[in-house]
Amino acid sequence: MTAEKIYIFKRFERFWHWTQAALIIFMMLTGFEIHGTYKLFGFGKAVSLHTFAAWSLITLWVFAIFWHFTTGEWKQYIPTLEKVDAMLKYYLTGIFTDAPHPFRQTSLTKHNPLQRLAYLGVKLLINPLIWVSGLLYLYYGAWTELGLGGLSLSWVALVHTGAAFLMLIFFIIHVYLTTTGATPLAHIKAMITGWEETH
Amino acid sequence: MKKQSTPWYAAALCLGWFVSLGVFAIGDAAAAESKSSTADHSKFTELQQDFKSGPEVTRACLKCHTEAAKQIQKTTHWTWEYRDPATGQLLGKKHLVNNFCTSVPTNEAFCNACHVGYGWKDDSFDFTKQENVDCLVCHDTTGIYKKPPGFAGNPITKDVEFPPGSGKILKAIDLKKVAQHVGKTSRDTCGACHFYGGGGDGVKHGDMDSSLSAPDKELDVHMDAVGNDFPCATCHMTTGHQVPGSRYAPTAKDVAGPRIRGKADTRNPTTCEACHGDRPHPVKTLQVGNHGEKLNEHARIIACQTCHIPEFARGGVPTKMSWDWSTAGKLTPEGKPYETKDAKGHPIYSSKKGDFVLGEDVKPEYIWFNGEVTYTLLTDKLKIKDGVIQINSYGGSPDDGKSMIWPVKVFRGKQPYDPVNQTLVMIHTAGDDNTAYWTNFNWKNAIATAMADVHAPFSGKYDFVKTEMYWPITHMVAPKGEALSCQQCHSADGRLKNIKGVYMPGRDANKLLNMAGWGIALLALIGVLIHGSLRIINSNKKG
Repeated sequence: MTAEKIYIFKRFERFWHWTQAALIIFMMLTGFEIHGTYKLFGFGKAVSLHTFAAWSLITLWVFAIFWHFTTGEWKQYIPTLEKVDAMLKYYLTGIFTDAPHPFRQTSLTKHNPLQRLAYLGVKLLINPLIWVSGLLYLYYGAWTELGLGGLSLSWVALVHTGAAFLMLIFFIIHVYLTTTGATPLAHIKAMITGWEETH
Repeated sequence: MKKQSTPWYAAALCLGWFVSLGVFAIGDAAAAESKSSTADHSKFTELQQDFKSGPEVTRACLKCHTEAAKQIQKTTHWTWEYRDPATGQLLGKKHLVNNFCTSVPTNEAFCNACHVGYGWKDDSFDFTKQENVDCLVCHDTTGIYKKPPGFAGNPITKDVEFPPGSGKILKAIDLKKVAQHVGKTSRDTCGACHFYGGGGDGVKHGDMDSSLSAPDKELDVHMDAVGNDFPCATCHMTTGHQVPGSRYAPTAKDVAGPRIRGKADTRNPTTCEACHGDRPHPVKTLQVGNHGEKLNEHARIIACQTCHIPEFARGGVPTKMSWDWSTAGKLTPEGKPYETKDAKGHPIYSSKKGDFVLGEDVKPEYIWFNGEVTYTLLTDKLKIKDGVIQINSYGGSPDDGKSMIWPVKVFRGKQPYDPVNQTLVMIHTAGDDNTAYWTNFNWKNAIATAMADVHAPFSGKYDFVKTEMYWPITHMVAPKGEALSCQQCHSADGRLKNIKGVYMPGRDANKLLNMAGWGIALLALIGVLIHGSLRIINSNKKG
């Protein structure tokens, strides 16, 4: 049987994904240093790098949002509960017994139902929490002028760090699940070349 | 061998040229300095005389400088008295008890070597007599003018053996020469007293000692002798002999731009902000992270000194960090007082004064400070908190809107007090009589004499109590590259670990969130590792 391949990830999407991945990893690295977890760059340098990476990511996001809406790709994230139970069952049992994957990937539905939910969660929960708290954190000095004098930095920091932990947890599971394709590296190859080997 | 290097005589000639140029340059500079004044005091007929005493010199000065003595007599330098308008407390050396040599009354002949006058040896001193004002101590430029302790602020005008019977001869000072070479005040004239407060070089302040006489840039960017070379008066901008910038009237927070010449301004001219403004760090638009802006935000609640004076006593002169009077009075088997010195030759025990702890390159302590200082006066009932009496307490809090985070030297002492009346006590330390502590080593008599002198009650009982006194750190400003780095405060065990009321990233991580965050992340990691292992085991089984 020859492997079947479909073109799933377009060039911009791949660029967006990997740049975002690099920036997020870098921001976790610098962010947890600012948080006081370890010493790597030194606090001041870590803050500068973290801030620079933040603005880079914001810029990338502006392009990504534009891309999602102009290409209609945003529809890939519309949540569905259909087959979620099948997906869960597959990851809990089927995956060990070589049961067939309950979801069939096409270029129009490239994410399985669990992926849809997870990525939507990242986009609608984790990211906004990080961005809003992060920008507030960054402009702490201007709160009074902005009429935000009632905010408390410790709460903003708490939300920002909490969201960072969520991102870290997502990152761990996300990286692991990339190995669950047709072959352990199939998903990663797809994210690099755009072509996914299907089952 | 045509390609020989320059012959030696050419080199010597060049060197000679440079040396002579250098000499001329130095000569020119000295000449320029003297030329900047329109008066050459050595040409004044009033000063062409052999002065027999300090007051004689002053009488000559006052012939031209008619208002000078009157001006001096209004200053704290003269009265040693200051009424704090905020607290109503009567302060000044004349009244306060500190935890160094403790108190002036009955010790005037010694302490008042640093009075800007002649002859204040006891209560009979006439504060209204203009000739009692000492012009020379501040305006000497020769460096030979000295007022040794024991002479009530008088210079030595005739060779004298002092202390009597010691065989040490104090030489007479050529007052004529000093008078003919008066000029502006300098770090040396101010320093003659202010560097030596507390009984010796660097003892008291920690940020002021003789190393500031000619400091390099590392020690103080403003006073750098081969750079900015500020005399004290550049910041302590004096008019009519009123020197601003007293620690009795501190400005903790100065929210304004730099002072502008010609513009009426009653602000304290000695603050950093008076020149640098309250947003001193340059903001560069394209700078990653906009560092200058962030630092300016910090400057809203952090005094400049906090970051820019990373350590005090940096000039090689140690400062006293604590003083324990309770161990004073130990004598040699022959019954003589003695001194113990450390490896560098600085006294760490003296029979007269007790034990000292010295410090060099000392990291300050940090507090919220709003400029309000309250003293424990001799008349106050003691408030002992955690076994310690605050000689002075600095007001301040994170949310009063008036406070900044300031570096301070906290001087810790242990000194006699009256446990029955619950008051501090004064001590008669110096003198030749039979109650002075330094001659007789009897606490009860020494305290009784001093307390009687100021008409304060003394129960006759004494004990020792721990005391603390706060000193603002504001001199010895380091080059900007030496300022504190971010993480020196933004870390769990950083410089500001005791500062409350602010959230500091790197210091104040929420422990609960940390536990939950790292805990769940770890569980996720273990979960995927188990899941992955099971997949590998299963695929191996089939294989």
